[in-house]
Amino acid sequence: MSNNGVVNAAKTWREKVGLAEMLKGGVIMDVTTPEQARIAEDAQAVAVMALERVPADIRRDGGVARMSDPEMILAIKEAVDIPVMAKCRIGHFVEAEILQALEVDFVDESEVLTPADEENHVDKHAFTVPFVCGARNLGEALRRCGEGAAMIRTKGEAGTGDVVHAVWHMRTIMKEIRQVQAAREDELFKLAKDHQAPLELIREVHRTGKLPVPNFSAGGIATPADAALMMKLGAETVFVGSGIFKSGDPARRAQAIVDSVVFYNDAKKLAEISKNLGEPMVGINISSLKPEDQLATRGW
Amino acid sequence: MSSRVGVLAIQGDYACHMQVFAGLGAEVNEVRTPEDLAQVDRLVIPGGESSTVGKLLERYGTGAAIRERAAAGMPIWGTCMGMIMLAKRIENRTQYALELLDITVRRNAFGAQVHSFETEVPIAGWEEPLTAVFIRAPIVTEIGANVEVLARYEDKIVAVREGKLLGTSFHPELTDDTRLAAEFLTY
Repeated sequence: MSNNGVVNAAKTWREKVGLAEMLKGGVIMDVTTPEQARIAEDAQAVAVMALERVPADIRRDGGVARMSDPEMILAIKEAVDIPVMAKCRIGHFVEAEILQALEVDFVDESEVLTPADEENHVDKHAFTVPFVCGARNLGEALRRCGEGAAMIRTKGEAGTGDVVHAVWHMRTIMKEIRQVQAAREDELFKLAKDHQAPLELIREVHRTGKLPVPNFSAGGIATPADAALMMKLGAETVFVGSGIFKSGDPARRAQAIVDSVVFYNDAKKLAEISKNLGEPMVGINISSLKPEDQLATRGW
Repeated sequence: MSSRVGVLAIQGDYACHMQVFAGLGAEVNEVRTPEDLAQVDRLVIPGGESSTVGKLLERYGTGAAIRERAAAGMPIWGTCMGMIMLAKRIENRTQYALELLDITVRRNAFGAQVHSFETEVPIAGWEEPLTAVFIRAPIVTEIGANVEVLARYEDKIVAVREGKLLGTSFHPELTDDTRLAAEFLTY
């Protein structure tokens, strides 16, 4: 649209990261129907992720998980005013092109779906729609930024309701950022090699002490306390997948998680917020999952 | 003139605004509650999601406190979502807003994120234009008698002032140009 249709990479980059900035401090919720999307919007979600099955169901059903039906994504776009995100398979740039053509606001190149390419992620610079990608550590986060991701989220272990891996990933990313920040200039070359990350981005982390793009959290968040924990560990906002619509009272839990992200530093308010929320999602202990059933190890 | 700037930190790109005002030498505070608001002299409402922030302003009483302070003359600047929050009228939509600035806004007037863009807009009274980043941006479709139009983009009103209230469709805080923030400090 801008500059008579001429894409200026630097400018679209600012617009892409700009939208991620606008989502900070909010909660992004997984929804599978227009009704759920409206419940999420009423509960003050800042965006919704439109998908056919929440991760807990993908995990249960098995098989190949793919991009959602465009008809269903459009119905959700129609139902709400807030931004709508949708997932493509890792490396599946045609699914990404379809999602861009549908004018979703953000594409999640997601390990929750079955990967389509075991070596290459999507070249996200080639798109006008912004992308979010998962990461378990600083190197993975910076490789995704190098490919053009405008937002990073921890992977956690989607569809379990167990926050332990989201905590591990966030602590790892934040610890590695601090190590890069504290290093001497002449040590950055080796750090880039160790993290298998672009040197320019390692330099940027060294200078700024943060990721080049907003750093969100996802994977296993099921309660207001989980959400506040991730904010305290350095997340700038949270995605809640199965945790809301697999719980006893989704509308109430959704609103409580939104409130907990605003008041994550206020334990008294969190105590109020956490009262009487009904049954949380049942959940699966990640330690009981076989390694081949873990989604977070997808992506490279 | 005091310059304790509050930035509404319920949700959105508040950190970007805080960085700009800190760079201008102002004391900057995050505002979430009515108690936080009492500690500042002026307020910035950042970009973000208006339905999300509106409901939280209502439930936590911060909206009512902002209205009281505005009536007493506190300067307020709203960018994008912030301008929607300030508007007296929102097209095709019932949602909580502060209803302070005598304008009608159309939410998300340019469409989905793929239609977000960046352009130069001339600002009334300025020699150099401002780089304006529009992200799922609103526009102003009607203005009251006392509202001054500061900027237009393709005939659409994208910046307005009424007394000590400033509203912009775009996000100067995402660029290095701090002139509008500096001007707001003189309100």
